[in-house]
Amino acid sequence: MDLNTVLLILDSTLRLATPLLFACLAGLFSERAGVFDIGLEGKMLIAAFFSAAAAALTGNVWLGLMAGCAASMVLSAIHGLASITFRGNQLISGVAINFLATGLTVLIAQDWFAQGGRTPQLEGGARFQPITLPFAEALSGVPVLGPVYGDLLSGHTILVYLGFLAVPATWYVLFRTRFGLRLRAVGENPGAVDTAGVSVTGLRYAAVMICGLLCGFAGSYLSTGLAAGFVKDMSAGRGFIALAALIFAKWRPWSALGACLLFGLLDALGNRFQSIEIAGIALPVQFMQALPYILTVVILAGFVGKAIPPRAGGTPYVKER
Amino acid sequence: MTMMNTLLGAAAALAVTAGAALAEPGLIIDLGGKFDKSFNESAYTGAQRYISEKGGAYKETELQSEAQREQSMRRMAESGANPVITIGFMNISTLDKIAPDYPEVNFAIIDGVVDQPNVKSVVFEEHQGSFLVGVLAAMASKTGTVSFVGGMDVPLISKFACGYAQGVKAVNPEAQVIVNMIGTTPAAWNDPVKGAELTRAQIAQGSDVIYSAAGGSGVGVLQAAADEGVYSIGVDSNQNYLHPGSVLTSMLKRVDNAVFQIFEEGETDSFTPGIQVMGLANQGVDWALDEYNEELISAEMKATVEATKQKIIEGEIEVHDYSTDGACPAL
Repeated sequence: MDLNTVLLILDSTLRLATPLLFACLAGLFSERAGVFDIGLEGKMLIAAFFSAAAAALTGNVWLGLMAGCAASMVLSAIHGLASITFRGNQLISGVAINFLATGLTVLIAQDWFAQGGRTPQLEGGARFQPITLPFAEALSGVPVLGPVYGDLLSGHTILVYLGFLAVPATWYVLFRTRFGLRLRAVGENPGAVDTAGVSVTGLRYAAVMICGLLCGFAGSYLSTGLAAGFVKDMSAGRGFIALAALIFAKWRPWSALGACLLFGLLDALGNRFQSIEIAGIALPVQFMQALPYILTVVILAGFVGKAIPPRAGGTPYVKER
Repeated sequence: MTMMNTLLGAAAALAVTAGAALAEPGLIIDLGGKFDKSFNESAYTGAQRYISEKGGAYKETELQSEAQREQSMRRMAESGANPVITIGFMNISTLDKIAPDYPEVNFAIIDGVVDQPNVKSVVFEEHQGSFLVGVLAAMASKTGTVSFVGGMDVPLISKFACGYAQGVKAVNPEAQVIVNMIGTTPAAWNDPVKGAELTRAQIAQGSDVIYSAAGGSGVGVLQAAADEGVYSIGVDSNQNYLHPGSVLTSMLKRVDNAVFQIFEEGETDSFTPGIQVMGLANQGVDWALDEYNEELISAEMKATVEATKQKIIEGEIEVHDYSTDGACPAL
């Protein structure tokens, strides 16, 4: 394998990891505050649709991004209402959101565009275009560094860079600010936070809304960055993989980056080498495609130790009985 | 109780016969959706063309999930639609099960063979059409490497890939053909992101003509090829218009003609069960040339591909069909 092949695989890894990363960080905020969210998939899907739809109608991808985030945050608010205010079961609410998104996107798409649940193809300003980082041209002659910078790091859409910047931002917010401390506390011991006179409900709502915003970025990237338009069910299980990455990362931002890059890399490898021969044995393509999941099970079962979720996760907070 | 059953059965039979007399044809659109710009859309176009040319109406339903397959087939049959057309190989086992329950209803299946006395099975010789676009791909390629992106990994899609590879090798025996499948589940028909990513991976390996047979995922393939500035080849419907200048041609699979013909047979009461093969000779498959790609197809390419087509029809060139033995000599 030469340098060029490695670079292309890593390049593909960055693209494939970005939606996972956004969704994973989204889940991180929500679950750290004690609200389990298996509706990441649905929120991504609805954001993918609304961002593609708004971009198709206005021709402006930024308006699309905003519409996608808004739609995703509406679903987040529903999740919050059901699981925080009405103290419903968080898993059931999440499942409902996934179903709602699957149905709504196709229905609205059919009504607006009459193309059988798709949006029209996006072109030009209605898509996120790759941006070339400064000095990429100038460095192209330099061995190793030139291609690494020019081919691998440069030439992605702005959302990819935002995704990677979101990791330190998340870390800073959660571990270096008062808001982050309280948010983590509310996921571990909401009673203590309440005793200190801080609103548990308010914090949890803030967390699920941030989750909605980040899912909006993930979905928008799928339909306006990676693809050029919405197709039904286009999130294709990426929300659930993000959830797996979150557990794998033990609910920590930097580990989440690593987990998402690993899943992205495995996906990219599966695309590049559909069947690999190792020591004379040809591994079938099905194995390559199942690898991320097999790896999740194996790693979770034995290598990273026990993944302990936030203690108050999944239970609605009841002030007094 | 037995008496009751007989009575009910008679009533049901009567109802079905009554339905058959004033029957409208029925069309069940498969997963992937009516406007997949490809296979299902082609069936829909055929039905629409029939209605606009001959008048009348037809019943239509669209599957939303695998679980609705049997239910919607039965409902269509019970609603009095006749003949009922199901499209896609995924319907084979279900149709085989329910066709005997409705002996008065004529069924047709596209892309599959069901051996029942009231079923017409329409199969296409996709390998022949794919051979032709393979010839074009090899002539258009500058790198000597071309590729194929399939949807779900099933024998039908391998049939496309195999025909394509044979066509490529017929022009350039040294050419390299990369074949990738998007997935192993029906979700593979609706994952344009993965389609695009596979396409980029193939381009990175030197491919400069990419043939896509991937249903709804195909739009991602064509988009990625257009973004990267290489040629792509569409499938089933004419997809040349999607990215003029990038889509080299499309392998036409005239599902619309098949649907049109079955509707007509239903109308004129000339429905014949059994297997019908649609190939190059009876315009079942073909390659697409229109105003969107005429600049990409040189006179030499056109002459070669037309000559090849004639040779296949006359039997001078024999294109191996993957589905007969599950192996491909060119791959």
